[in-house]
Amino acid sequence: MSNLLSWSITLTLILFVLAISLGLLRLLRGPTAQDRVLALDFIYVVGMLIMLTLAIRYDSSMYFEGAFLMVLFGFVSSVAMAKFLLRGEVIE
Amino acid sequence: MTPWGEIAVAILLLASGIVVLIAALGLWRLQDFFTRMHAPALASTLAAWLVTFASIIHFSTRANEPDLHVWLIIIVLSITAPVTTIVLARAALFRRRRAGDELPPPLERQRY
Amino acid sequence: MNRLLPSPLTSAGLLVLWLLLSRSFTPGQILLGILLAVAMPLLMLPLRPAAGPMRHPVVLTRLVFRVGGDVVLSALEVARGVIFSHRRLPRSAFVVIPLELRDEHALAALAMITAVIPGTVWSELAPDRSAVLMHVFDLADEADFIHQFKTRYEFPLKEVFE
Repeated sequence: MSNLLSWSITLTLILFVLAISLGLLRLLRGPTAQDRVLALDFIYVVGMLIMLTLAIRYDSSMYFEGAFLMVLFGFVSSVAMAKFLLRGEVIE
Repeated sequence: MTPWGEIAVAILLLASGIVVLIAALGLWRLQDFFTRMHAPALASTLAAWLVTFASIIHFSTRANEPDLHVWLIIIVLSITAPVTTIVLARAALFRRRRAGDELPPPLERQRY
Repeated sequence: MNRLLPSPLTSAGLLVLWLLLSRSFTPGQILLGILLAVAMPLLMLPLRPAAGPMRHPVVLTRLVFRVGGDVVLSALEVARGVIFSHRRLPRSAFVVIPLELRDEHALAALAMITAVIPGTVWSELAPDRSAVLMHVFDLADEADFIHQFKTRYEFPLKEVFE
């Protein structure tokens, strides 16, 4: 791991964390329920990107599995919440 | 690992960080919910592609063999992200019409 | 196709997916992948509607690459719109687009394409599938947008699925 790469990874992770905090602000502020679901979905995607960046940082492909699970769980939870907003129940 | 590969990985990662930050800025700054909905799509398409290319370059040059495993994340993400977007858009339309906001009326049968 | 492999493309995709996920090409994993590729479509058969026809692989491949390019271009457009949103608000608007596609697989593909491209969101389909309500991030000219949308995505899909 050269100096250049490790510095750029650190900088990228800082940018990702800034993005997540903006998403958290939107999550807390709302104003409607669909805004909060959108923000949570965004945070899931950025978390997945952080996992992939950590895979490069620590040279381990174990993080892929984590990223994969985050994609799937983020998808299921966002769709379930959106479905709840649409009908008031998740399973019809 | 060649230094060129490393420079490419660094540039791709930084670019994706900037794209994600712009998406978050859009999520925070845009006024209307439907306008805001377009911002997170940046993170799940362009930024995810950039990070995936970076990690393909990194692991392929390190192991000296192509690492195609990461492609799965792009493929799964481009199947799941549109479904979330569509369901959320429908939920928002439904809720805001019920709340009495000014929105286009529901599409009728045989309008065209 | 035949009874054992109702949809060969799905089976091939599942086999490739399994081998990529397990990241090993030993005979045991290949056998397990083949088992999965044969069993899954058979188990899913009662759930999904009939498989649609898929013609013109060249048109389909060209469409996939065009969508990939459009994703990058419109992502840059949306990014620019977000950065300068304090100076000029993006002209977001709903657009009603009359559709000529009727096949449900083609409509599903069209919905995926519009939702994956930043800047357009598929919002509502008319009950008789004659029109779709879409939200566009920055709409310059409505007639031009509808024309672009129909020629770039709808007509190739019509060629592939109908």
